[in-house]
Amino acid sequence: MKKVKADPKGVLTGAHYLDGDFAIAEGALAAGCRFFAGYPITPSTETAERFAERIPFVGGVFIQMEDEIASITALIGAAWGGQKTMTVTSGPGFSLMMENIGLACMMETPLVIANVQRGGPSTGLPTLVGQGDMMQVRWGSHGDYQVIALSPDSPQECFDLTVRAFNLSETYRVPVFIMTDECVGHMHEKVVIPPADQIEVVERKWYQGPVDKYRPYQPDKDGIPFMVKAGDGYKFHTTGLTHDERGYPVINAECQDWCVRRLSNKILDNADKIIDIQEEQTDGADVVVISYGITSRVAYRAVQLARQAGVKVGTLRLVTVWPFPEKRIRELAGKVKAFVVPELNLGQVAKEVERIAAGRVPTVPVTHCGGWVHDPDDILKAIKEAAR
Amino acid sequence: MSREAERPAPTNPIDEFLRKDRIPHIWCSGCGIGVVVSSFADALRKSNLDLNKVAIVSGIGCTGRVAGYVKLDSFHSTHGRPIPFATGLKLANPDLKVVVFSGDGDIFGIGGNHFIHAARRNMDMVVICVNNFNYAMTGGQVAATTPLDANLSTAPFGNFEHPFSLPYLADACGASYVARWTCLHIRRVTQSMQEALSRKGFSLIEVIAPCVTLYARRNRLGDGLNLLKYYYDNSVIQHGADTRTIDISYQSKMVCGKFIDREKPTFLQSMNTHLKKSLGDKYVPYGE
Repeated sequence: MKKVKADPKGVLTGAHYLDGDFAIAEGALAAGCRFFAGYPITPSTETAERFAERIPFVGGVFIQMEDEIASITALIGAAWGGQKTMTVTSGPGFSLMMENIGLACMMETPLVIANVQRGGPSTGLPTLVGQGDMMQVRWGSHGDYQVIALSPDSPQECFDLTVRAFNLSETYRVPVFIMTDECVGHMHEKVVIPPADQIEVVERKWYQGPVDKYRPYQPDKDGIPFMVKAGDGYKFHTTGLTHDERGYPVINAECQDWCVRRLSNKILDNADKIIDIQEEQTDGADVVVISYGITSRVAYRAVQLARQAGVKVGTLRLVTVWPFPEKRIRELAGKVKAFVVPELNLGQVAKEVERIAAGRVPTVPVTHCGGWVHDPDDILKAIKEAAR
Repeated sequence: MSREAERPAPTNPIDEFLRKDRIPHIWCSGCGIGVVVSSFADALRKSNLDLNKVAIVSGIGCTGRVAGYVKLDSFHSTHGRPIPFATGLKLANPDLKVVVFSGDGDIFGIGGNHFIHAARRNMDMVVICVNNFNYAMTGGQVAATTPLDANLSTAPFGNFEHPFSLPYLADACGASYVARWTCLHIRRVTQSMQEALSRKGFSLIEVIAPCVTLYARRNRLGDGLNLLKYYYDNSVIQHGADTRTIDISYQSKMVCGKFIDREKPTFLQSMNTHLKKSLGDKYVPYGE
């Protein structure tokens, strides 16, 4: 993994008053993204608008495609053309992208997708918040694969995590998702963009060896193959079919096992390096509230009130949602009385926590279908009951 | 030493354009796709292009397998999506000459939306569409190109949907180069490919090809030779024909030729010209 300083051309250094959607666009430009393909969809459109307005002064391409299927596919093509690429969408567009998210995983293509979540299913609540796509991002395309998903809780984190998303996608050659939501996307706060020389950017894992020795899917020691781009004389092949090290299709169970397990293991084996969680007062806590995105900010109010009422409550915020911090949650399950998991869906991440707690302690979901954030009192009530 | 041993190993001038380690290919005997690939390899050979800068993108289907057999940077994408894939590839690396090589179901059925928009934008790419009038990989189903009355497995009593005329669609959407041939027109297909490869803008070359195993058998049209004979007897070359008048009916005459060849700015040329005009010196040109 080669780290370099960010290209100052894309970095808007300074303190700004930005919403989360704009901060994502700035994060992408700072990380070196010079190709954005997208399709308008509320509440994510502002990211595309910001990129379209900024890129002519930086040097690169914004293209509004005919739909989200075209957007994600153009990203994959552009990544193989050598660029860092991103798109942004929300529920319905995210659903349309699913097939080609699988192609990106299969071709091991680095790219970044932000999903500014709104209430679903279907057209649902275009202008109102939801967190109902957390399992879709994990399992939405067919077959077995692993991705990385991050969840910012502020415009500042939208910037920071977008830079990190690009770095992770280049490191692991995998699509990385910024699973934000309408509230964070439209929330205006102070965003500090550091000078370019203080932003670390991961370069693509370019192949350097002789042309005739290049094998597109021969894993390096860390499990990640080297990449080349079209136009450099390698005359390589890549496909969405199950393939061998040469990228040639091989349609049998042995090659399927080699190909598919590696796609998963390159993420799972590196989970400790990818996972970022923020804990507060979990030592000695009776109850730990596990949350992410906007819900973690609402939950914090409930946690304050619970502490005032004498409950020993800690918080664990999932900055990385996928891969899931199984190890730490399993550890906590041996120490606490219960987990409380508020989220703007009917218990998607709660079920994952419950699976890992494996019956040792109860997991209390605090469900909400979206459209608005939780009433902190509902979370408080769950904390108090769980602490008994 | 025998004379046999002295004889050099036989080579074909297009060998170097193919991935010989992937041969034999999957196509049926009598299929027309391989002939179109030969024409393409020949066009590359005659083109003087730097082959390190030519990339090929296919979708899914019988013709979708072409990318796997051609020795270029080659991408076998998803069903219907080679055009947006190629769009990203071209815009990310404008030095590339990008070719989309896929079938009628892929480009005009599931991928129709992408075709019309890439043509509208005059995205700089060459689209080669092998039209065999049916979905062959899945066993011969009706397609957006199937002539009226032709029989296929999902039109078991004959097709009653009107098909697309591909050149008319491409023309209406703003393509800068449009030609149609049958795979019997080997030299003309090659020449069209050379022309398209040497110019900028969105080009469509439709090549009608026999699907012996499915379309022809189901409609009792005979074997590969019968179909080539049919093309010989029934194709009419009319360069510049009005694309509104060249629909293909079941077992009708097939009007072939170069219908459209017009100069217009590509997507990137339009982008650079427009943004330079709007933003002046502050604009950072891209891909010029």
